[in-house]
Amino acid sequence: MAYEPPKQSLAGQIFDVITLLVLTIGALYIPLYLGLAGAAKVPSPIANPTWEALGQNATEQQQWAALGVTDPAAANEIITARFDYSFSWSALIVMAVLVIGYFVMVVRLSDREYREVIEERFGTKRR
Amino acid sequence: MEDFASTAAGTDRIRLLRVLGPSHVWALGVGIVLVGEYMGWNFSVGKGGMIAGLIACWVAGLLYTCVAMIDSEVTSTVAAAGGQYAQAKHIVGPLMAFNVGLFLVMAYTMLEAANAITVGFLLDTVAGMQGQAGLNQQPFIVLAIMFLAWLNYRGVLATLTFNLVITAIAFIAIIALFVSVQFGASAVPLDFSAITSDPLPYGWVGIVASLHFGLWYYLGIEGTCQAAEEVRSPARSLPYGTMAGIMTLLIAATMTWYVCSGLMPWEYLGQAGTPLFDAARVTGSAGLMVLLFVGTAFATLASANGCINDASRAWFSMSRDRYLPSWFGAVHPVYRTPYRAIVFLVPIALIFALGAPLDQVVTFSILSGLLGYTFMTFNMVMFRNKWPLDKIKRGYVHPFHPLPTIVLLILCSTAYFAVFLGYGTQLSAMMCFYIVASLWFHFRRYKFVRRGDQFTMPWPKPCGY
Repeated sequence: MAYEPPKQSLAGQIFDVITLLVLTIGALYIPLYLGLAGAAKVPSPIANPTWEALGQNATEQQQWAALGVTDPAAANEIITARFDYSFSWSALIVMAVLVIGYFVMVVRLSDREYREVIEERFGTKRR
Repeated sequence: MEDFASTAAGTDRIRLLRVLGPSHVWALGVGIVLVGEYMGWNFSVGKGGMIAGLIACWVAGLLYTCVAMIDSEVTSTVAAAGGQYAQAKHIVGPLMAFNVGLFLVMAYTMLEAANAITVGFLLDTVAGMQGQAGLNQQPFIVLAIMFLAWLNYRGVLATLTFNLVITAIAFIAIIALFVSVQFGASAVPLDFSAITSDPLPYGWVGIVASLHFGLWYYLGIEGTCQAAEEVRSPARSLPYGTMAGIMTLLIAATMTWYVCSGLMPWEYLGQAGTPLFDAARVTGSAGLMVLLFVGTAFATLASANGCINDASRAWFSMSRDRYLPSWFGAVHPVYRTPYRAIVFLVPIALIFALGAPLDQVVTFSILSGLLGYTFMTFNMVMFRNKWPLDKIKRGYVHPFHPLPTIVLLILCSTAYFAVFLGYGTQLSAMMCFYIVASLWFHFRRYKFVRRGDQFTMPWPKPCGY
């Protein structure tokens, strides 16, 4: 006999939507609130900056001027800022385990559910 | 309670309209993605330098070509609203489908939020050029999202016809800028000296890192198959529209990199909010400035418009199958649109557009997209194994299988590492979110789902079951 799902109450439907909303918003905002998010560039401004000292040739100086930046001091932080790509191998392993583990879990549980679907659609449980 | 049940049942009687052709599919795909040329891609230059930005552009292009090839074959066969969600439901299983549905909703809703943020930023920039610095961006962000949601509410044909027009204008604006600069319209010459003087400021790791935002050039092209249930001839229109879309984007992306890298110092380009508009400013041509302002505004609106369309279809499909509360699975009796799903997602987009930084929203969108591309690799293999080519007829069969799948998996793995370089916390937080959501679905939500009803394709029983 085909599986007959229970009817869900209005309160249950609202509860389910709120649960998903809390999870979604939490996933983005918790790292932000904890100050753990993002990879900001770290500027290393030089003293007494000139366009030449900042490595900008004549054409690039014209480009900066066209963008409204005529003072090299104003471009000092933009030009000297760099990302830091150093990382921890243990953090990389944790991430890899999370990604691979997630897909393995989802595919295995999906397959269990899928067999029920196929059995009901094509097999003896067909309605 | 009875109202909700009858509404859900009513969705079986009131179906979505089949009114779209290949040009609409192209407009949906390119419309969502073209904004990637107008903003966001340039962060890849910031993460690795000028050459790294170009390599990221082409490597990401290869990744999305694989996505388009795989997607075209599966979608031309699984022509149902929800796109990859419907694919997962028929090929991998319900929990995977639930996750894919969430990937789609998150990727598109975050992209929509990013577009709205860019609209506000663009208007602020122009106001600053006019001496009115400090414009309050929030009303424009709210207005953009509300207007496009209303347009989607009123009907898919009007929505995507609107997209077709503004996407074409935005694409023409990129070509016009490229041609004008080539014919000497710029007051400042193109300069690529950084390629030799500062080729790889971060070394090879910078090339890998730049792939993170290189995905932004094309993110969302897979959205073409969301409209599968509203396309007149899915087997023909979806592959044609998708492949034409990726070719359009490859051309536009390369032209964009060329013009912007030549007209701006890479250090500025790597952090610019509206790079193509800035490139037009450097030319000194008022006509080009106006054109690229219009192009940027249209590209962001077209993208947000397509995102609302796609996210609401995914949410609608999941609700119709009771993966989510069935109340959202209703079709509007007059406009024949998934109106409750459209309205419900508006405040979520607003929460992120008004409260989160652009790079975080972009990263959240990219990560959801990346998880979806990873799914496509094993989904394709399972599709061919469960239904070999001689077992069911495909509208399109992609060549060289499994090479595109293998290439896609390698590039996805590289992209995970690229995101990890700097955004590892977000990646881990997101994986935890999807793991918890999966457990919630499997142990709580799935009991409300009818088993056999999930398989709706007129296919034979899969091999091995």
